[in-house]
Amino acid sequence: MFIGLKKAAKAAAVATLCGGMLASPAAAKDVELTMYYPISVGGPLTQVIDAMVGDFQKEHPAVKVNAIYAGNYDDTRVKALAAMNAGQPAQLSVMFSIDAYELMEQNAIVAFDDIAETAEDKAWLTSFYPGLMENGVIDGKTWGIPFQRSTIVMYYNKDAFREAGLNPEQPPRTWDEMVAAGKALTKADGSRYGLMIPSTGYPYWMFGALAKQNGEVLMSRDGTETYFNKPAVVDALQFWRDLGAKHKIMPEGTIEWGTLRQNFLECRTAMMWHSTGNLTAVKDAATFDFGVAMLPGNTQAGSPTGGGNFYIFKKTSPEERQAALQFIKFMTAPERAAQWSIATGYMGVSPTSYATPALSAYVKEFPPAAVARDQLEHATAELSTYETGRVRKLLDDAIQSVLTGAAEPKAALDAAQAQADRLLKSYR
Amino acid sequence: MPDAAALSASPRRARLAFAGFAAIHGWLLLLPAAVLLVAFTHYPTVRTLISSLYSKGTSMRPARFVGADNYAAMIEDPVFWKVAFNTFYFALGTIPASIVLALTMALWVNGKLAGRGFLRLAYFTPTILPMIAVANIWLFFYTPGIGLIDQMLGLVGLSGRNWLGDPDTVLPSLIVMTVWKEAGFFMIFYLAALQAIPPELKEAAMLEGASRWTYLRRVLLPLLMPTTLFVLINAVLNSFKLVDHLFILTKGGPNNASNLLLYYIYETAFSYFDAPYAATLTAVLLAILAVLALTQFLVLDKRVHYR
Repeated sequence: MFIGLKKAAKAAAVATLCGGMLASPAAAKDVELTMYYPISVGGPLTQVIDAMVGDFQKEHPAVKVNAIYAGNYDDTRVKALAAMNAGQPAQLSVMFSIDAYELMEQNAIVAFDDIAETAEDKAWLTSFYPGLMENGVIDGKTWGIPFQRSTIVMYYNKDAFREAGLNPEQPPRTWDEMVAAGKALTKADGSRYGLMIPSTGYPYWMFGALAKQNGEVLMSRDGTETYFNKPAVVDALQFWRDLGAKHKIMPEGTIEWGTLRQNFLECRTAMMWHSTGNLTAVKDAATFDFGVAMLPGNTQAGSPTGGGNFYIFKKTSPEERQAALQFIKFMTAPERAAQWSIATGYMGVSPTSYATPALSAYVKEFPPAAVARDQLEHATAELSTYETGRVRKLLDDAIQSVLTGAAEPKAALDAAQAQADRLLKSYR
Repeated sequence: MPDAAALSASPRRARLAFAGFAAIHGWLLLLPAAVLLVAFTHYPTVRTLISSLYSKGTSMRPARFVGADNYAAMIEDPVFWKVAFNTFYFALGTIPASIVLALTMALWVNGKLAGRGFLRLAYFTPTILPMIAVANIWLFFYTPGIGLIDQMLGLVGLSGRNWLGDPDTVLPSLIVMTVWKEAGFFMIFYLAALQAIPPELKEAAMLEGASRWTYLRRVLLPLLMPTTLFVLINAVLNSFKLVDHLFILTKGGPNNASNLLLYYIYETAFSYFDAPYAATLTAVLLAILAVLALTQFLVLDKRVHYR
């Protein structure tokens, strides 16, 4: 059966080849690209992507792009790699920015430096915010181009701030202020908490923010070492647990990533930490006055970047690579980045996108749209190492065991660090 | 003499030839199914066993033969023991409860009841919903504070809980949801079996003065045993293979408190890209399922009364 299919495909390929030779030379250059992309926040974002792909199609009729929505970040990586192993690879995909090491090790992706030939293309590689390139540049080469990129921001309910006697225009800027505000905002009957930080889905991401705010990062730049049990990191986890266990401004146990936005919209929490990618969805659904602020810091401000990058796969012909490059350039061009940012809340990936009339007008009218960008100067890379899935899971488990009261921060992080060391030793 | 020998031998040869042809014919008829089975069941199983003996290979470091190293690592892996325990807990929690519930519902909607068509439909609805959809619905049931369950508890003055965020309640919460999802499906089988039982049996039992309980215990349940065996096998398999809800509800958390063996295999294979270790875990899962299936067929089958 499969042999039959293969034969049929071969025959079809031969037929197209012959047809191409007979027909105009332009038709022979037709390239078809398949792209997988993930969506991990609220809102009808598939339509936005489809519209942008449609616009590209109009400008470049010779390139056909099949954009396939593939679920969340994990699903997308699985689908893309499964397709590759099955011999029907996609040519490019949007995948987690932190998948870079794993994709490199699988020999799945090609560096953009090897595709960008013209000086213009090379200049384009450096046109993005450097903070967004941190997860994508490894060993001096660019492997991922930022697309749906975010930082964590703090959404807060201004009406609740007013009700609690707090200044709605002055969101907390430090941990102490946040705890104080949280205590004022928490209602004794449990109907409203001061703060919620999600701890399912991507706990390591939220924790990267807390660690950075306490003056520490979670891993080395070359992805071969983690710093899970450094004192400042342990303190950060203690603080996270204390928010629920000691200060009582956050529910104890873990807090679900997927339903957190609903909790905020239903005023179950006055403040929430969430991806800026949720901004437009919150804006459209909030029935109260809300604000967006940078995350408060302890010794310094900080948030990891997050989100998805464009990758180009290795199993591609030179024509396909050039076409993919063309497509990615189109999708990340300032006007599209602006359009994407307005539609979602994800940040414009380059300084020039904020200079476009559309986005600069939008930011003027709706200042929260710029918070993620302004926070970039305090941003750090998202946790990404070799064996990244397993290392991430070690940290996730440690965080969850502490938040549920099953373990103490020091012991849990010591254990996670020891296991991470064992995994990463062979890469050093 | 040679002639006579040839004469007596030729019908036998013909019979042999015919038998040979019949055997080939039989094999040819079996071939399509056998090819599919070998290609999609037996060959992958063998490949799984083989790849569990190799180390994880990448383009930079090719895989090499490591013998039972992966199995030794598994014995050392605390997460494996945790998910193994969880899987058995989940199975024990879901199988008996869903079967008893299914039988009860079937007995009820089998009776003469006004609007029983609607009742049957209502009971069957959870079955036709995909597990992913079910999980999305129950995610909002279980959400602390704003979820349906906590709101109902609030009405009677009880405070809610963080159902899915607490290691003590997360697995029972998933068990309740799974029973709700499964029971309707099993009810259909019981309902079909009940309708095949001739009403004379009940009349005869009543004439003999048997109580309804005796009738249920001594007549109905034995007659339903073939169905029960079928349902039991299905329930056991489902308790091992149903993990869709974990993707939506908990992702195995918090701290693996709701992680199940099959989901752990998925994580290992597709999140950690550790195919050999995933193969090792798969081999264990296969062994467990094989033992369970054999036990059910060999032990229980003898005690089932087929008409």
